[in-house]
Amino acid sequence: MTIPAGLRRTVLRARRDTGFLAAGVLPHLALVPVWAWAATTTTARTGNWLLTVSVSAVLVLLGTPVLTAVHRARYRVLIGVDVPRLTPTAPEQRTWASTARWLTATRPWRRIGYHLLLGPLLALLELLVLAEAAACLAGVIACTWSWALPTGIRQDWFGYPTQLPAYTAAGLLLLCTLPWTARAVAGAEARLALGLLGPSRAQRLQERVDQLAVSRTDLIEAVDAERRRIERDLHDGTQQRLVSLAVNLGLAMATRPDLPSDAREVIARAHLEAKEAIVELNDLVRGLHPAVLEDRGLDAALSGLAARTPLPVRLRVDLEDRVAPDVESVAYFVISEALTNATKHANAMRAEVTVRQVGEVLRVRVTDDGLGGADAAVGTGLTGLAKRVGSLDGAFHVSSPVGGPTTVTAELPCAR
Amino acid sequence: MRAVIAEDSVLLRVGLIKVLEMGGFQVAAEAGDAEGLLAAVAEHRPELALIDVRMPPGFTDEGVRAAMEIRRRWPGTPVVLLSQYVEERYAADLLSANTSGVGYLLKQRVADVADFVAAVRRVADGGTALDPQVVAQLLLRRDSDPLARLTPREREVLGLMAEGRSNAGIAQALVVSESAVAKHINNIFAKLDLPVVDADHRRVLAVLRFLGTSRA
Repeated sequence: MTIPAGLRRTVLRARRDTGFLAAGVLPHLALVPVWAWAATTTTARTGNWLLTVSVSAVLVLLGTPVLTAVHRARYRVLIGVDVPRLTPTAPEQRTWASTARWLTATRPWRRIGYHLLLGPLLALLELLVLAEAAACLAGVIACTWSWALPTGIRQDWFGYPTQLPAYTAAGLLLLCTLPWTARAVAGAEARLALGLLGPSRAQRLQERVDQLAVSRTDLIEAVDAERRRIERDLHDGTQQRLVSLAVNLGLAMATRPDLPSDAREVIARAHLEAKEAIVELNDLVRGLHPAVLEDRGLDAALSGLAARTPLPVRLRVDLEDRVAPDVESVAYFVISEALTNATKHANAMRAEVTVRQVGEVLRVRVTDDGLGGADAAVGTGLTGLAKRVGSLDGAFHVSSPVGGPTTVTAELPCAR
Repeated sequence: MRAVIAEDSVLLRVGLIKVLEMGGFQVAAEAGDAEGLLAAVAEHRPELALIDVRMPPGFTDEGVRAAMEIRRRWPGTPVVLLSQYVEERYAADLLSANTSGVGYLLKQRVADVADFVAAVRRVADGGTALDPQVVAQLLLRRDSDPLARLTPREREVLGLMAEGRSNAGIAQALVVSESAVAKHINNIFAKLDLPVVDADHRRVLAVLRFLGTSRA
């Protein structure tokens, strides 16, 4: 007989949750002796209550981090809930106020409250669930142990023949509810722990935002590095090989004027095609990552871009200094793509590129006098640009009424 | 005439040697980086240095720096720079000190062997050879100056002049008569407020100096 998967899962989960609750009883009760001692001493007025209170306070303060660690381990190992550690960044300047802020950022009162006040209540709940588990098991298997009871008690409990089946049925019924009871209590505990032992929602979000910002920057850098690597590989490999091929074909034409005319014609065509391939590959590779951008900056890289664009481009660059490499590279690609669009799709006669640094914003604007009607929501090129600009928290805007003109603007934060 | 070559691609180096030998040069030494190039120039004192711009270790503008170093240490050594892409800034650096005996061409121009050999010889003789793409970039950068007064045809002529071509060369390229070219050139000089000088390459230098020094 095979056990149905659903039942198997429920049983396993019930076992896991009950085990988790059982493991919580002792740590949740850990501070109860402190309570009891402090309470009896102060009410009985026998000992030095001031000493008692201070000793209990010290015990609570020392116990809190240990118990927190125990509970974090219990949540993580037994039910797979990760209660994040509290790691507020230490203040740069140590003043009383900043130290106090740092201390309160870890929210110690919530954790003390959890262990001191909530702990015993949770232990009670856990014990109730464990009692339920014990009771239902006892009920289900009542027939196996009822005979061992002393006669008087057996008469009392199982006097009527219907009583034993009733215990078994009640035990079974209770057993069916156990997984959900245990689940509910464990879930409630996890929620409380996340709220009281872990960082607040705002802190968690802040941490997440910081992580995401770092990973996004890393990702962009990795992509740029990859583009640079491909550019280098193509430059050192295929491009040199193609040039060499074209040179050799050129040499063949120059050194062998005596070849038959059809052979010369074939060589001439190959020569031409090799040169065209060089130009095409150059344009492609240049689009990956122009070396001069890294070396001499945006202004210098734009000369080559504008000069290779087949329409007259008016270029105005007003930069005080180099901006960050990722900003330079996004600005370059915005201009490159906008000029490509102006040439290929808009049938423009001329274009104007302005790059200005205004305070901590790099403002890039490309205008052409073409047909217009470009839509950032449709064109993949423009969508890609919007994403790249967005990756630097920049603003991207396309204005392109049908009939033109088209203006592409990007504003990139460039504080260094 | 003795020449040295600096090019990190061995494959292309072989082709370059053949082309130079066809043009009547003897390749005295070949180098794969700027250091090797400077040592070769020091040893052979060549009449031409043919230099790739991107070389180890940085693969950016090592060739440009090496060329400027050569011209500083051994003034008058003609240098021709080759590159997959030409950059106006590198050209400006190269032309900033002295414009005679300087060339800056796209690598793909080597494939047109006869034209390339002519350009290299021109540089070896103290002339200039700038790639049309360099000239286009240089012209692009000065839109708010007297060049704006030139007609498109005159700009074309100026571009060809800047490449280092003679009147006959320009006439041939534009398929017009030489006298028409001379007329265009006179107009250009008048519009650019340049004195008319007769020597062929000095005229080019004047134009180049104008391009090189009037950066806004």
